[in-house]
Amino acid sequence: MFARRRLNRWWIVAAVVLLAAAVVLGAMVGPAGGISAANWDIIWNIRLPRVVLAGVVGAMLSLAGAGYQGVFRNPLVDPYLLGAAAGAGLGATLVFAYGRTATSGWPVDPLPLAAFVGALAAVLVTYLVGASFGGSGLSLVLAGVAVAALGTALQQYLLLRHSDVIKEVYSWISGRVSTATWDDVKLVSPYVLLATVVLLLHRRQLDVLRVGDEEAMTLGSEVRRIRLVVVIAATLGTAAVVSVSGLIGFVGIMVPHLVRLVAGSSYRVVLPLSILVGASFLILADIPGRMIEHGGETPIGVVTALVGAPMFIFVLRSRRVPA
Amino acid sequence: MSSLGFECVNVLYGNREAVYALDEQVKPGEWLCLIGPNGAGKSSVLRAVAGLVKYRGIITIDGTPIDMRSPKRRAAMVAYVPQSPLMPDDMTGAEYVLLGRNPYVGYFGSETKHDRALVEDVLERLDLGEFGTRRLGTLSGGERQRLVIARAIAQESPILLLDEPTSALDIGHQQQALELVDRLRREHGLTVVSAMHDLTLAGLYADRLSLLHQGHVVASGSAAHVLRPDILSEFYGVSVSVHHQDDGTVVVVPKRGRG
Repeated sequence: MFARRRLNRWWIVAAVVLLAAAVVLGAMVGPAGGISAANWDIIWNIRLPRVVLAGVVGAMLSLAGAGYQGVFRNPLVDPYLLGAAAGAGLGATLVFAYGRTATSGWPVDPLPLAAFVGALAAVLVTYLVGASFGGSGLSLVLAGVAVAALGTALQQYLLLRHSDVIKEVYSWISGRVSTATWDDVKLVSPYVLLATVVLLLHRRQLDVLRVGDEEAMTLGSEVRRIRLVVVIAATLGTAAVVSVSGLIGFVGIMVPHLVRLVAGSSYRVVLPLSILVGASFLILADIPGRMIEHGGETPIGVVTALVGAPMFIFVLRSRRVPA
Repeated sequence: MSSLGFECVNVLYGNREAVYALDEQVKPGEWLCLIGPNGAGKSSVLRAVAGLVKYRGIITIDGTPIDMRSPKRRAAMVAYVPQSPLMPDDMTGAEYVLLGRNPYVGYFGSETKHDRALVEDVLERLDLGEFGTRRLGTLSGGERQRLVIARAIAQESPILLLDEPTSALDIGHQQQALELVDRLRREHGLTVVSAMHDLTLAGLYADRLSLLHQGHVVASGSAAHVLRPDILSEFYGVSVSVHHQDDGTVVVVPKRGRG
């Protein structure tokens, strides 16, 4: 009677197999050829970090997207809803426009830091503004729209004043994992781990929120606190991965949906499966970019949408489940 | 069984007061029905008890003010059936009724075997066993309404609030839903407060009616006492005829205008 709420073991097995296959394929494919002893350095130092980082980023964006969709009860929501993308983009643009030469001697790269701080700051502003006119889900979303517009406008102004960095900024915004190192993985892992644990612990609470704020309150849920905690965790994880990978779009919306269509809408199913499927999807999406080697790689953010959008439409059509 | 008390309760929507100085005592096991024209404040009273709107004054359960309780403790005392519940299409009937156990589950915890057994038992007793595995999106209005009541019963709260429980139902399902509430009230000793538009049904099921008009209680008592043509004409602005059946039922029938 309660089967759909529980996580079917076979879905987990299938998702783990998919992830394993994606990792192996990600390690095998590249201009230098397949897996061999001669290639070990390339595989360990170039391909594996990028496979692992793609997996971490894909998992985090998908999980954060599912969390946001849960607390805002809106399937069209992604982890960038409350201004995280605009904030990160503005932070990165500031570094490209003013900081590149000034900070070239620094021991740490200021770019991820600026993006991270920008994303967190934007969401914080959104929350403060949203809380000042009610603090309901809708007021937060509207505040997020305003903050994102403001951030994007500032970014565009900066870009016009510093048109020499447009290409670099654009390349960052499109997202990439091609330059990934093990250091990048180490940098984001603590945040991603913390965010993942917190979000997974809220899976039952998110199921209660599915009946709406008011009914959830009458069932004893402290809706605002739950929303705040989930948004903080999802934003922290998103800001961390965005800081090293740029703004990879579409994953955070598409993966949770894909999981819902195939395995059911209970967050006890959606959250864990989004982690596995999101990681697999981004690892696989990173592969075609390596093969098209005309004047640099195709950014992964472009591939996720190019491959993801048709795949998503196909699944939607074949399942015909109302959203 | 629990009593529900209102002492000089004013319900506020922003700066607008929807209910003025409500004094009311609902006895343990009693069914009080709030009637009155649209906007009279019926729903506001229920929403204040459910903790959804701000109010001034004191609302008590068994003599203890309810705002002294945490949201969970309040939910364990008061179950609320909204006028138009939000029911996710993709959720199954059993999953939905299981939400009623939320007040008893820890923040990071999950439902126990006892919770699931209780839900299966509630579904069984309400003749809803077959809907346990069905998705809500595939059910009819009447079936969904019964599942909402089942969720409230799974909540095991001594006080049940019903906001227009029958407004979306045909006459057969109206009777079915109210009979169900009445049966559960007797079995579990529930104290029921409902808001209803259908005056005949209200008089048929409730022990007592309170007529609200612009936030004030203007008449309170038995059906025979409240459902009088002069009172209804004054506060609803309608012209009705009221018939008293031999079994005590009061039937309210609208009259056509003479113009």
